[in-house]
Amino acid sequence: MRQSNYYVILFSVILTVVLGGLLAATSEGLGPIQQKSIELDTKKQILGAVIEVTPEMDVIETYNKAIKSEVTDYEGNIVTENEKGEELVAEDVSVEKQYKKAPEERLYPVFKYYGKDGGEEIESYILPVYGSGLWDNIWGYIALDTEGKIIKGAVFAHAGETPGLGARITEDQVQARFEGKELYNDQGELVSVKMLKGESNPESKLDEHHVDGMSGATITGNGLNDMLKNYFKYYQSYFNKKGATATL
Amino acid sequence: MSTETVDKPVKKDSEAFLSKRRKKIVTDPLNDDNPITIQVLGICSALAVTTQMKPTMVMSIAVIFVIVFSNLTISLIRKLIPNRVRIIVQLAVIATLVTLVNEVLQAFAYDMYKELSVFVGLIITNCIIMGRLEAFALANKPYDSILDGLGSGLGYAWIILAVAFFRELFGSGAIFGFEVFEAIGFSADGWVGFDYQANGIMVTPVGAFFILGLIIWVQRNKTGYVEN
Repeated sequence: MRQSNYYVILFSVILTVVLGGLLAATSEGLGPIQQKSIELDTKKQILGAVIEVTPEMDVIETYNKAIKSEVTDYEGNIVTENEKGEELVAEDVSVEKQYKKAPEERLYPVFKYYGKDGGEEIESYILPVYGSGLWDNIWGYIALDTEGKIIKGAVFAHAGETPGLGARITEDQVQARFEGKELYNDQGELVSVKMLKGESNPESKLDEHHVDGMSGATITGNGLNDMLKNYFKYYQSYFNKKGATATL
Repeated sequence: MSTETVDKPVKKDSEAFLSKRRKKIVTDPLNDDNPITIQVLGICSALAVTTQMKPTMVMSIAVIFVIVFSNLTISLIRKLIPNRVRIIVQLAVIATLVTLVNEVLQAFAYDMYKELSVFVGLIITNCIIMGRLEAFALANKPYDSILDGLGSGLGYAWIILAVAFFRELFGSGAIFGFEVFEAIGFSADGWVGFDYQANGIMVTPVGAFFILGLIIWVQRNKTGYVEN
């Protein structure tokens, strides 16, 4: 049976409205739960840069005890209010949205880790990083020592890298390669930490500024290198200012 | 008065809930007409997601959900669907269900959502689902279509789970993340005295080809299936 054009159009319109409505309702209904999941996941990632996050752990409670945060600008000044005069919360600063602005105009959250049960002194600084992988954006959190010179831990995430290849940046084994690596050379220049091409590189190539790569994921690896170098540069003035106040 | 006699509508005997024919609809795709090993459909996701059991399990459930409900939906509206736009209608229904799965994963299993998001999106183009809608749901009743979807979904699921089992076992030495080889003594302080060396090729898609090829070989050897 051949239906009239009118019937085909009417059918398509009704189908679109029904399916679209169903999706809109689901998205609306699940929105708050998804938001909570994302928030929890972000806190897990931040903590993951310094400690092992186990499934039994109460992430929110540990986070509240261990982490204090602040927001800095490109010059390293602490920013406490947004343009509207409202208080700035580092956790609410979307690194993704900031990434779309020019580096000088961005806000940079800093998460200060005071030890698992919350201590008096800062043990490490955790910085968010953001960049491009092969297919989509990649991001992560890097824990640095109190001088901002040595990596104490790293967590990476991605939106759409190939599983088994680029997506391996999320594996513990790959992230652990960054621990203990140094950002500055002997002359005090920022050289960052680079992931090499290919896997199982000889020990001789893996000095304090290089880590082993991932087989078949050169572009994701390059994206990761750029991301780290860029963000270490952006946070440089923050640490420089910290150093200045510390010697005052 | 009209002399015509009106035949009383003959009420057909309703078919048993799980008659022989219906059982066959479910069991055929498990072995004799398996979507992956016999029809050679849905290979891409079989190669890609099967590095570990857990994501494979979630993927299986997602595909079964999408295939059953898209079969049901298309079967329910089969008499209304204009023939000229039927492929687009099928795609719209599949895409809606896949998006629903993605939304639910994002809300309740965020880790899985992150791990599987690309592949869940790709269920839309999984030939198995489109194939069942075109070949079965458009011409059959809703209940039969559900059974057909279930059969095909399970047929897909057991193959990818089998592939994932071997890939995770030999590629990472674990099953569902549980370190099997370490547990049976493959460690420096165990009775074997050394660690199990993970087989890297199993983690790459090449490993999946090997396993899949072996499964197809064993299966065809047993069933005697020969391609025409």
